[in-house]
Amino acid sequence: MASNSRKSLAALALAALAIAGCTRDKPQTASAEAPPRTPPKTYSHDPYPSTYRAYPGVLTAITGGTVYDGEGGRIERGTVILADGKVQAVGGPDTPIPDGATRIDASGKWVTPGVIDIHSHLGDYPSPGVEAHSDGNEATGPVHPDVWAEHSVWPQDPGFTRALANGGVTTLEILPGSANLFGGRSVVLKNVPARTVQQMKFPGAPYGLKMACGENPKRVYGSRNQSPATRMGNIAVDRATWARAAEYKRRWDKYERDGGDMPSRDIGLDTLRGVLAGEILVQNHCYRADEMAIVMDMAKEFGYHVAAFHHAVEAYKIADLLKANGVCAAMWADWWGFKMEAYDGVTENIPLVHNAGACAIVHSDDPNGIQRLYQEAAKALAAGRRIGINIPDEVAWEWLSYNPAKALGIAERTGSLKPGKMADVVMWNGNPFSVYTRPERVWIDGALLYDSNDPSRRPVTDFELGQPGEGDVK
Amino acid sequence: MKRLTKILPWKGRGTARSAVEGCQRQRIAPNYDTPPSALRAATSPLGGGLLGIALALALSAAPAAAQTVAITAGTVALGDGSEPIPGGTVVIRDGRIVAAGRGVAVPAGAQVVDATGKWVTPGIVAGFSRIGLVEVDAVDATNDVEAGNSPFSAAIDVAPAVNPRASAIAINRAGGVTRAIVAPATARSIFAGQGAVIDLGADMNAVMRARAFQFVEFGEQGTREAGGSRAAMHVLFRNALREARDLSRYSGIPSGGGGARQARANDQRDLPLEEVPGANSLLGPNVNRPDDVLLTRFDAAALVPVLQGRQLLLVHVERAADILQALSLKKEFPALRLVLVGVAEGWTVAKEIAASGVPVIASALTDLPNTFEQLASTQSNIGRMRAAGVKVAIGMIDDEEARQVRLSRQYAGNLVAVARLPGATGLTWGQALEAITSAPAEAIGMGEQFGSLKPGRRADVVVWDGDPLENATAAEIVLIDGVQQPLSNRQTKLRDRYRTPGEGQLPKAYQR
Repeated sequence: MASNSRKSLAALALAALAIAGCTRDKPQTASAEAPPRTPPKTYSHDPYPSTYRAYPGVLTAITGGTVYDGEGGRIERGTVILADGKVQAVGGPDTPIPDGATRIDASGKWVTPGVIDIHSHLGDYPSPGVEAHSDGNEATGPVHPDVWAEHSVWPQDPGFTRALANGGVTTLEILPGSANLFGGRSVVLKNVPARTVQQMKFPGAPYGLKMACGENPKRVYGSRNQSPATRMGNIAVDRATWARAAEYKRRWDKYERDGGDMPSRDIGLDTLRGVLAGEILVQNHCYRADEMAIVMDMAKEFGYHVAAFHHAVEAYKIADLLKANGVCAAMWADWWGFKMEAYDGVTENIPLVHNAGACAIVHSDDPNGIQRLYQEAAKALAAGRRIGINIPDEVAWEWLSYNPAKALGIAERTGSLKPGKMADVVMWNGNPFSVYTRPERVWIDGALLYDSNDPSRRPVTDFELGQPGEGDVK
Repeated sequence: MKRLTKILPWKGRGTARSAVEGCQRQRIAPNYDTPPSALRAATSPLGGGLLGIALALALSAAPAAAQTVAITAGTVALGDGSEPIPGGTVVIRDGRIVAAGRGVAVPAGAQVVDATGKWVTPGIVAGFSRIGLVEVDAVDATNDVEAGNSPFSAAIDVAPAVNPRASAIAINRAGGVTRAIVAPATARSIFAGQGAVIDLGADMNAVMRARAFQFVEFGEQGTREAGGSRAAMHVLFRNALREARDLSRYSGIPSGGGGARQARANDQRDLPLEEVPGANSLLGPNVNRPDDVLLTRFDAAALVPVLQGRQLLLVHVERAADILQALSLKKEFPALRLVLVGVAEGWTVAKEIAASGVPVIASALTDLPNTFEQLASTQSNIGRMRAAGVKVAIGMIDDEEARQVRLSRQYAGNLVAVARLPGATGLTWGQALEAITSAPAEAIGMGEQFGSLKPGRRADVVVWDGDPLENATAAEIVLIDGVQQPLSNRQTKLRDRYRTPGEGQLPKAYQR
């Protein structure tokens, strides 16, 4: 068991380090270093391991479509071969098609990597949105790195199936809410219907830590006459917590290196230690430009790195800083005005961030928006073009798959159509940046899990069985 | 309906608390004898002059009253459900549409706008919204959507709360939205109060028709407001109309007749209550009321025109059973003029809705069982209702309706996408445009005034740089009552300031 978890930990660390453009040099984790002289007992870093298994697929050749490879490449009349759950080949019309392949004619259609939503609360705030289902915010104290979003995920949330069928979403990160400064661990899921959350967990994906700045934590706790009540209070509580985490890490690193008495265990500080070791990625809810700049300095102060700012409504004001710090910005296309820190939203945010050379991501945070991320990208892309930022469609697709994969530490595995990567693929019935387009087929690890022409490939959650509209097109 | 606070971005309607003075009424309704363009030109900050924006299509002069404008050679969509017409012409005079379509002659002396390669449509009508009532949802002082501490309910009238300078008005105007149906939200009663029809022009005359309708919550939300059960909600509703009836008996107001048809024939049906002869006596000192009343006199008085069919009643229902209950109210109160709002499960009782003739303003893309009253939600809902003969428009209820009605186009376009899916029912392109232009205008009883490019309609016209239902398309010219509107706003200015990152010779604050 210990050696298993150690192995998966090494994989996690490697995956974390692979985030090109969204990472920087990190000390190796203690656990990934040479084995100690007398191996001490330590704790599992993966106590709820993924039991995800790819569903069976067939050797498939998708031919004749416009292919976006997710890393900026575009192939007309392209061929995409899926075999054994992996992308086997991507090329032009002359790409050899293996014997026995099921051929799918994508003429006039588009083929892209599956959409990845880096910010979702599906399962934690499922439909129906009744109080009994409100499982996304442990709003009982501002510092809760001990809670894990996966322990709230209800796999029967119908929202997962809508994201698949209408949104072409194949991978998504489920985060705790933003009531707390330290909201807890996030989890990366493959968007497959399942009985348990473990069956959805993206194998080997690093964990994330949800953090939040700005209005929400100070409102929630300030209204209880409790700290934080101000933005300065937010940062003060953050820093005090990171200082504790650094001490915790020193104690555990020493123990794992030198042995001796096992230090006391703190589930929340385990998570923060993982962040400081570079094995858990910080996903930071932050709207305002000035606050993002503060947080980037705080990260330097304590030796961690922010993978992405989420809801970065003002990212366009500091796109140069985001680039310099290698931090991604996950954004809506055009949300604005629902609160003060969202007041300065502009539809050009995403292209402005991209144009500055920073890592731009389209995210949803919404069970409806997740069904239309491709449309959100299209709106932002067009707004950029109207001010002279001419980003090709195939490059803009990076916002939807490759960039979120980078910020999640899974870009070596999915997020683009490259040989050897997971066959997470959407075939669209038209140009996916058109409002008139929908997914026609969706494959996850090579398994056809949605086919708009085949009602038997339309998932129906337990909740919807026996209800009005069961199995309907949604 | 309202999701529990996720402490995520603050969506939907906020928690307003500003009290509306129920008895202070402003006379805002426009004088219909004055050509609307003249009224608007007189108050426009643009003074009817040339806009200094470098648009390929910029009018050589903004149309003033008595000026004739012809927009030629564009793809013209009338907004009446018909498909777009390539090479069409739209002729405008005195702030009204003169003619639109193919083969329309350009009148001599008309100012010609060449719309080659462009699309020309009626302005988008926000079918159900709260625009103009909110600046920032989560900032209570700027949020006039609901009034949790007010003693009033049905008497609340949003008209004086509409702020023509709300950022959302300018931003959505730039998105091609020209008119909106604006409703209050409930707080302490199933009755939210009276909504207005507004335009999004850059002037201070936003309210086109005050007190156009009463809005009532008749599902889960209404159940909460009524004390906890649907049964209680029904009693509360009936009691309220009974109190209105009792009050009107004392007042000597004509009852409006015994049925909806007669009510429609009543030429006073569109008048605000205080202009109906005798109506002021409802509020006078000599009106006796029984002792066992729940409503304030003002609230009861506000429901008299609803009871008599002189004011529309917009009813928010989602669940099929609630929809049927709402329709059956007409048996008990024959003069009621109903419009259903929301209606997620409408497709399951579409025949009954169609037979009632009651128009529907539905949410377009609701497809999750977000509540137990929306179990049968599907994006095919509107298409199926329309196919069954329901008069259906798109509206946004509890869905960014105070700031993002510009998304109506995207919602409509999605229903065209749905039409291409096997087993689904969507809309044709023409029907989709209709659902966000003339259909909401018809639902609110003002289809003769705006919402299409038919002759005589107000000249709310948008010239687009492409297919207006597409994600990539933007409005290039927006006319309201024939007057060209500015399209700049806070967002365009922020965008321009930060077009290049980093500081220049001076801080960004000096750049505008």
